[in-house]
Amino acid sequence: MSKILLHGTEAICEGALRNGCRAFFGYPITPQNEVPEYMSVKMPQVGGVFVQAESEVAAINMVYGAAGAGTRAMTSSSSPGVSLKQEGISYIACARIPCVVVNVMRAGPGLGGIQPAQGDYFQATKGGGHGDYHLIVLAPSSVQEACDYTYQAFDLADKYRVPVMILADGMIGQLMEPVELPPMRDLSDIPEKPWATSGHYGAGRRVLNSLIIKPEELEPHVNALQRTYDEIYANERRADTYLVEDAEIVLTAYGTPARIVKSAVNELRKQGVKAGCIRPRTLYPFPDDTYAACAERGCTKAFLSVELSLGQMVEDVRLAVNGKKPVYFYGRTGGNVPEEEEIIRAAKDALAKAEVK
Amino acid sequence: MIRILLAGQGGQGVLSAGRFLAESGLHEGKEVSYLPAYGPEMRGGTANCSVIISEEEIASPLCNNPDVLIALNAPSFHKFAPRVKSGGIIIVNGSLSDADAGREDVRVYDLPLNELAIEAGDVRSANMAALGVLCAAKQVVRESSILNCLNEQFAAKPRVLACNESAFRAGIAAVAGK
Repeated sequence: MSKILLHGTEAICEGALRNGCRAFFGYPITPQNEVPEYMSVKMPQVGGVFVQAESEVAAINMVYGAAGAGTRAMTSSSSPGVSLKQEGISYIACARIPCVVVNVMRAGPGLGGIQPAQGDYFQATKGGGHGDYHLIVLAPSSVQEACDYTYQAFDLADKYRVPVMILADGMIGQLMEPVELPPMRDLSDIPEKPWATSGHYGAGRRVLNSLIIKPEELEPHVNALQRTYDEIYANERRADTYLVEDAEIVLTAYGTPARIVKSAVNELRKQGVKAGCIRPRTLYPFPDDTYAACAERGCTKAFLSVELSLGQMVEDVRLAVNGKKPVYFYGRTGGNVPEEEEIIRAAKDALAKAEVK
Repeated sequence: MIRILLAGQGGQGVLSAGRFLAESGLHEGKEVSYLPAYGPEMRGGTANCSVIISEEEIASPLCNNPDVLIALNAPSFHKFAPRVKSGGIIIVNGSLSDADAGREDVRVYDLPLNELAIEAGDVRSANMAALGVLCAAKQVVRESSILNCLNEQFAAKPRVLACNESAFRAGIAAVAGK
């Protein structure tokens, strides 16, 4: 199949539509306005529902309803808008409803700026809303992956009955690259949802609820959720590695910064520095096994996490490396993206510090 | 791998020229990436985009140090000219800018792109005149690829197509005439 040139936002939509998403609810915010714009055109063409809600809070609760009735549903926003959705996401997680939430991150905190950032890592991977819950969090670093991961997100959500988040940075949203689109999936091919509130039909009442008043009932419910997260952790950790086998310094980044890091690794190699990199594709579950394997290697002296934040993923890297090697950090914020040269300098500094230790 | 930075004022067609370049590269079976950067304004303000055309997988989509700069106005020219790689090319719109890059290690194509476009029928096709200059100055994509893209894009607007095509050819001719 031939490739076409698409924006990351459009690729996200195609990934959703082609895997049976038939309900989209959104509210405008830069830099993801192309998602609702594209959906408003395409969704009616496939017989789906598009609603521009009156707010982000309304949009996520529309997802709660539509997905609860068994439809594959999605909402999209950017950082401040995703903060508004957190109450709904927590309810959806508790009620065990599969859905997809897209966050095309911009710079925060507050209303912040509209340029790319990755400051929502904690919010996405550690809960975001209240209570003990997690989302599966996928981090695309190319337009093709924006399509593919969103496609997969619906299957993962249904399989585990959890909300899945696509955590992209603003650059993925704006970037155009060639994409090979997956074929349109036949809706009859999507497994039945015996729990969905889609009608009684003599089979008994179906209730989806997140209010569980009795402690003796809520504890087993939350424990069951945790068992699901344990299963997700066991099955779904994903990461790509590049030149780590003999690396003295292992860099790591997710999303588009991972691509700048890869360029930096190539340049470091040219300069004679044995560098490699790890790119987590899933942020929750975090692919700690990949980092642990690198930390065990005698040749590896240090790790360097590169982020568009003041240091969030680096905490998970430290937990994964577990004190075996020093872990350093380099980040930019405010919508600035580090240049290759900055990363090269930071990698050399990290290696020098580790050698002094 | 060729990294091209196109810059100008919002409304000058910087982003659409970048898209034509990327589409053309894709049609030729190459790896391409297109990354726009612009403010909230529809017109005015600054706009630029980074286009990479490569035989291999593209890692970083950024063009902090481009091989080619296309600057459609003076502020863009002065802002980005110092970042062009040594041995690189700068195409500057002489209608709206001087051409003093303050360096000798780059080749500067100083052409009155607005005038070329006006002669072709519409000042708004100055962006296509710039692509014509690019095609004549450096083998990035084939002229026929750009023309095919134009034909696809403006199939329903023959007058717009004609202006853009003439401006593109005028850009090529301007380099040949030098």
